Amino acid sequence: MADHAAVHHDYHLVKPSPWPLVGSIFGAMTAIGLVMLLKGILGVPKGTPWVLCMGLAGLLFVMGAWWADVVKEANEGDHTPVVSLGLRYGMILFIASEIMFFVAWFWMFFEMALFHHVRTFSPIEEVRTAWAAWPPKGVETIDPWHFPLINTLTLLLSGTTITWAHHALQHGDRKNARTGLILTVILGAMFSCIQAYEYREIILEKLFFNETSTSGGLYGSSFFMATGFHGFHVMIGTIFLLVCLIRLLNGAFTPRQHFGFEAAAWYWHFVDVVWLFLFAFIYVVFQGHAAT
Amino acid sequence: MSTATYSAHDDAIQSGAHAEHDHKPSFFVRWFFSTNHKDIGLLYIMFAIMAGLIGGALSGLIRLELAEPGIQIFTAGSWLSKIGIIEASKQGYNVVVTAHALIMIFFMVMPAMIGGFGNFFVPIMIGAPDMAFPRMNNISFWLLVASFCVLVTSLFVDGGPGRGFGGGWTMYPPLSTIGHTGPAFDLVILSLHLAGASSILGAINFITTIFNMRAPGMTLHRMPLFVWSVLVTVFLLLLSLPVLAGAITMLLTDRNFGTSFFNPAGGGDPVMYQHLFWFFGHPEVYILILPGFGMISHVVATFSRKPVFGYLAMAYAMVAIGVVGFVVWAHHMFTVGLNVNLQAYFSAATMIIAVPTGIKIFSWIATMWGGSIDFKTPMLFAIGFIFLFTVGGVTGVVLSNAGVDYSFQDTYYVVAHFHYVLSLGAVFAIFAGFYYWYEKMWGVKYNEFLGATHFWLMFVGVNVVFFPMHFLGAQGMPRRYVDYPTAFAFWNRVSTDGYMITVAGIAVFVVMLAESAIRRRKAVANPWGDGATTLEWTLSSPPPYHQFNDLPVIEADAH
Repeated sequence: MADHAAVHHDYHLVKPSPWPLVGSIFGAMTAIGLVMLLKGILGVPKGTPWVLCMGLAGLLFVMGAWWADVVKEANEGDHTPVVSLGLRYGMILFIASEIMFFVAWFWMFFEMALFHHVRTFSPIEEVRTAWAAWPPKGVETIDPWHFPLINTLTLLLSGTTITWAHHALQHGDRKNARTGLILTVILGAMFSCIQAYEYREIILEKLFFNETSTSGGLYGSSFFMATGFHGFHVMIGTIFLLVCLIRLLNGAFTPRQHFGFEAAAWYWHFVDVVWLFLFAFIYVVFQGHAAT
Repeated sequence: MSTATYSAHDDAIQSGAHAEHDHKPSFFVRWFFSTNHKDIGLLYIMFAIMAGLIGGALSGLIRLELAEPGIQIFTAGSWLSKIGIIEASKQGYNVVVTAHALIMIFFMVMPAMIGGFGNFFVPIMIGAPDMAFPRMNNISFWLLVASFCVLVTSLFVDGGPGRGFGGGWTMYPPLSTIGHTGPAFDLVILSLHLAGASSILGAINFITTIFNMRAPGMTLHRMPLFVWSVLVTVFLLLLSLPVLAGAITMLLTDRNFGTSFFNPAGGGDPVMYQHLFWFFGHPEVYILILPGFGMISHVVATFSRKPVFGYLAMAYAMVAIGVVGFVVWAHHMFTVGLNVNLQAYFSAATMIIAVPTGIKIFSWIATMWGGSIDFKTPMLFAIGFIFLFTVGGVTGVVLSNAGVDYSFQDTYYVVAHFHYVLSLGAVFAIFAGFYYWYEKMWGVKYNEFLGATHFWLMFVGVNVVFFPMHFLGAQGMPRRYVDYPTAFAFWNRVSTDGYMITVAGIAVFVVMLAESAIRRRKAVANPWGDGATTLEWTLSSPPPYHQFNDLPVIEADAH
């Protein structure tokens, strides 16, 4: 491409970038650092956190730098209509892969909740005892109509505030867009706080893990990993929205082009829907007898 | 096969003279910070060749050990223990088997087919200037390198029963939890997380490219079959890999954070791991073969000088294989105590896959039928593929019967089966594609005699390696054992001899590479003549650094 004038298409030919290579180095560092922390390898003693911390810090730095480049390119007009459409495909497909990630955790939970009676025929005595009852002996499940319901309403409400912000943005009403987005971020943070409080209660009240719960293990594992990964995704979504808010305050986004905001909104709806499934099945349908 | 009355605005071939104006970045920026799909494709191919040589060397250790009964190599005092890289113990043997599988699957076949040929040719074949997300394309590659480094590190750290992880590529608990308590397996898990992230990002990139960047007139039903095959493959990747990520995360937390997903003492169930793993694992084996199907279609059509027979049926057969591939996973688990109705279902569903696969095999034969066939090296490999894949396919139908599988589960019959479809099927497809596109990718011609010699040595070699394994399996020799009774000695000896022939074939391959690099015979745009109809043959060899600054307009389909 001697002269760029010769290009007669609207695709975005990205300039060479150091971030993929640097990011991958930090990725490997994170992996090795985590094993160093957990087990200690390559002469580094167990419990050494700094390699992991450096890896994670590096990854965060690369993400920031990379996405800053994307924002810069968008502002320079590289995101033509066809490139914008490509970004939309990309985000939808990323969310599709995230859904499949949650399939693994839901599968685990449903296997336990739906087919626990099958395991009463197990030749392994521990398994037989563990699965004789549902919920497993010693496990006090959470009452869905207190904190979980509040959290459901929180997320549903945040789904409406983000739509409010979106519509306002489309009509060029930046003041309302800002208000809607601020409310969404607050509701997202509120969800995380309530969930943290709920976790604290489960652990302090020994609802899942106690002397009588022979199989509290699997119930607790499943509950914490499914709701925990969801909670982690809520935090990612909240940060994503917060970044959009900062960009909005700095004058980014036009009524016609604001894909960064839309991607955050899609992601937010995705965590919302995952929560509805968690609420419906883990909290309501398979609640067994509730605590208190 | 598709297409291409390519009428770019000026000339049909973007000539070499045009390429001279290409502004290429400096060496380091070009190869380490790349955002160019062809350069990244070449990096993937070189990485795959390197990983393939390492994985092949590991299989050599296996075959040498199994050359005769007793333990010769994986024992104290052997030459292997003097080298010291791999632990010379039974654990070392298991580690080698595991590493061979993981390297060949994740670091050889997938990078070669999807990363290498997919990156290089998918954008060109649909008339696009590059991939949809060129920068993300590069992190797919470098994450794979990072993943490989972490995996190799695992070979040198404590696994629990010895150095490294020896629990097989399927990583079943409890062998992968309480059986390997050392850090080696934690490294394997995180290595697979990195490789998975690489593949998911790559899958997003390919789907977006294929849906969003087709040239004017390049409708889905005009897309070359290789593009179809990559499209189906990356959908399988996108939907199956996250489930593996979940499963191995459960292993990680079971090992390190006190969860009990697979621990019966805490109410968990190791069989659940197998469900989660094979929900990924079965689509994964189709991921390994589908791009090969696409390449074989191109090669067979080109060298028969005929459009491929039944283009639409070929495309939708791959779609069908992809869809049905998601609902057959438990045929890997017939012997775990599966409910008999489930066994009947999974047997039947698995046999259904023989239908679309049969469509493909017969369509390739029908494509050759009455064609003026040119037995160039790519065509030799393609015909070899059709023969070997058919053998592996029919033993697959045998294994799909739950009743039969009770006898064959975990025997060498299974090893023979999956090496016929993968080591002989997928790898022959890779070589067919490699020779088919050699001039296009590297800009020099290969030596036809060396290519043909490579093919014949390998074809004889791999059959001598793997055909006797059917007999060994039928006689009951189990997989993944370092030793065996003398009764199995004869066919194991033959198999190891076959390995030596295969190594000779690979040596000829390396000589072929060196010869072409030294002689540097200048490549032409289309060495294959009228049979080669896809868009890559309208460009110079190698193509200009950025092709299609004027998008091609596709006006007709040729199939």
